[in-house]
Amino acid sequence: MSSRFRNSFAACAMLALLCSCGRERRQESGKTDVPPIVKSASPDTVFLGSSPPPVDRRAAAFEGNADAIAKGQQLFLWMNCVGCHGRGGGGMGPALMDDQWRYGGRIDQIASTIAEGRPNGMPSWRAKLTDEQIWQLAAYVRTLSGQVRKDAVGARTDTMSNTPPQTQIPPEPVKPADSARQ
Amino acid sequence: MRRIVAGIIAVAAIVLIVAAILWTQRVNRSDTTTRYAAAGGAKAVPAAAASPADDGNWTMPGKDYASTRFSALNQINPANVAKLGVAFTFSTGTTEGFEAPPLVVGDTMYVVAPWPNNVFALDLTRPGAPLKWEYRPKPAAAAKGVACCGPVNRGAFYSDGKLFLNLLDGHTVAVDAATGNEVWRTKVADIQKGETITMAPLVAEGKVLVGNSGGEMGVRGRLTALDAGSGKIAWTGYTTGPDKDVLIGPGYRPPYPMDAGKDLGVTTWPGETWKTGGGSVWGWLSYDPQLRLVYYGTSNPGPWNPEQRPGDNKFTSGVFARDIGTGQVRWFYQSTPHDLYDHDDINEIVLVDWPAKNGQRIPALIRPDRNGFFYVQDRRNGRLLSVAPYSFVNAYKGVDMKSGRLIPAPAMEPAKGRVVRNICPAAPGAKDWNPSAFSPQTGLMYIPHINLCMDMGVQNANYIPGTPFVGADVKMYAGPGGNRGVFTAWDPVAQRKVFEIKEDLPLWSGALATAGGVVFYGTMDGWFKAIDARNGKLLWQFKTASGIIGQPISYRGPDGRQYIAIASGVGGWAGAVVTMDLDPRDPTSALGFTNAVKDLKKRIAAGGMVYVFALPQ
Repeated sequence: MSSRFRNSFAACAMLALLCSCGRERRQESGKTDVPPIVKSASPDTVFLGSSPPPVDRRAAAFEGNADAIAKGQQLFLWMNCVGCHGRGGGGMGPALMDDQWRYGGRIDQIASTIAEGRPNGMPSWRAKLTDEQIWQLAAYVRTLSGQVRKDAVGARTDTMSNTPPQTQIPPEPVKPADSARQ
Repeated sequence: MRRIVAGIIAVAAIVLIVAAILWTQRVNRSDTTTRYAAAGGAKAVPAAAASPADDGNWTMPGKDYASTRFSALNQINPANVAKLGVAFTFSTGTTEGFEAPPLVVGDTMYVVAPWPNNVFALDLTRPGAPLKWEYRPKPAAAAKGVACCGPVNRGAFYSDGKLFLNLLDGHTVAVDAATGNEVWRTKVADIQKGETITMAPLVAEGKVLVGNSGGEMGVRGRLTALDAGSGKIAWTGYTTGPDKDVLIGPGYRPPYPMDAGKDLGVTTWPGETWKTGGGSVWGWLSYDPQLRLVYYGTSNPGPWNPEQRPGDNKFTSGVFARDIGTGQVRWFYQSTPHDLYDHDDINEIVLVDWPAKNGQRIPALIRPDRNGFFYVQDRRNGRLLSVAPYSFVNAYKGVDMKSGRLIPAPAMEPAKGRVVRNICPAAPGAKDWNPSAFSPQTGLMYIPHINLCMDMGVQNANYIPGTPFVGADVKMYAGPGGNRGVFTAWDPVAQRKVFEIKEDLPLWSGALATAGGVVFYGTMDGWFKAIDARNGKLLWQFKTASGIIGQPISYRGPDGRQYIAIASGVGGWAGAVVTMDLDPRDPTSALGFTNAVKDLKKRIAAGGMVYVFALPQ
């Protein structure tokens, strides 16, 4: 092996390690820098000449974080989200794996939807979950439509083998949808 | 001479063969297999006191207290039904599952829409049946989020100048049928606990009987009787809990020892799980005015995961007979003890006089159960007269006629870490809520139903009020034969199939039988069909705008002509993939139903229309 190749291999390895830091960073409850959940963050409105505020840097840190996603996945089951949204295909509630977002598909908008509830039946979880848990859930919801890097999601499905593993979910574009529909 | 005879025989043989081939082809073309009922067999007839002579109106979803869904009108018959054409249509402006039948009283038609449950009164005396009034009750939108199977409504009930209906957000209302003004509104269920109301009320003896929905939300099921005049609650009979809540007293006479004991609504559950044990009352009620008993079935126990509720889970998935005056239970029969598969017992119950072998007529009730068995029971005491499977069943081994108990198939029991495949019938049963019709002319029950099996895995569900309490992963698909729907004509006396029509999509519409010998039903891709009541031959069909999951009715218009009406608007549990725009890549979506109707979004769109048909003048 030439030293040049060895060097570039090492550089690649270092780069990969650095890249995976965000993915691997373990978030310990209480010590994490949890951003506030923006009330009613909505994408489909007129901002009177300006534009929606950017996503909080700390919120973005939840996204693509393997630990947050794994915890969100557990909460998705434990909090009965699965009963309405299925494994992403929906049911009593809308699908979360497609390209339609009634109340916005950004992580802060999803967190806001979970915290506040929505008029067509989405319950308000603010009293049942901590902000950190809501961010974790939102991070997991983002994975259902393939928005998140594949090395941060679980490669194994936790269903009875019916749904494809999350690493196989193709990324969907984030588009608005009619919020008047149920 | 011998040659001529041989020739004649040969020709006759050829003619017979050709005729046989043609006949077979015709049968294949209409997807119909026919087995005629044995001649001379005594027929069941509707209970006389519960099915008065037809006045041409349609005042309640079941047509009469016996729930026959049989119209004595006979202008439309197999000879002329092919000429049936649209008389008028009406759009409700909704795009949710449209399950309610229109009602007709005198010269007015009343249409109840799915959420937001608006009621429209149409003037049948004028061309095009223009709107007389609209009633807008404005139920909470949030109720849609706790309705397991679409924000549907299964119909209103007309009695004594008032329309009675239930709103999705848990209220029962009485509306002045002449003006559309609200007379009273009573809160009967609480959406914060996951309760909604989707069923059609039944009004009898001055009482409005209403049950809650929410068997998938950990509610505590109950039937509530309201005073028809004031809306005040007269009595509430719970499905679970101590005897005093279930209204079980000294008059309780269960038909079998399995349903006898003290406080079974508590002791057949672990700990306090009966408080969140389901047993909701979202289906059909029938009423016997002579015995003064109301009959209805209770829903599945909650959660679906059976490991969280060892025991029989009384009084879920069974049939109650209650005294209408006091609500006291006369008898209870648990069709599916410790239900494993969401096999609610809420299907329609038809009251008939049933011919016993000794020539006696027994006051009976007949019902095609979700668990796949057709039950005939003495409605005075609940005793089983006969039970037979009317669909493919491998989830149970039968019914023990001595103990009355359903015999489980232990190999088919889902457990944590063990997914069970090919369970038939699937969670919606061999037949779901959509009601059959019973014709006294043929003595047959016309059953629109489904042919689905499923894979099921379970995990622990947490009870959080207002969220689903299910704990199961389900994936459904077509059962044996590959057709997802079946229309079966069933002889309830001989307990055998007379004919069946295989339908590609699950059948989610009700059936209507008429004295003209024509039976009507609709399909989820929008075809409204008329078939011959004797052999199932397709006589006429019309393609409506959306899919049909409604209940057809027949009435005599102010002009003396016979009309047929049906709502078109796909949805409900089976059509959620369309109305909720679900993603079919997830087979578990809509609690597993989506996998069985992956093609539906490509075949039909949502809508909300009432179609009325008549023969040309």
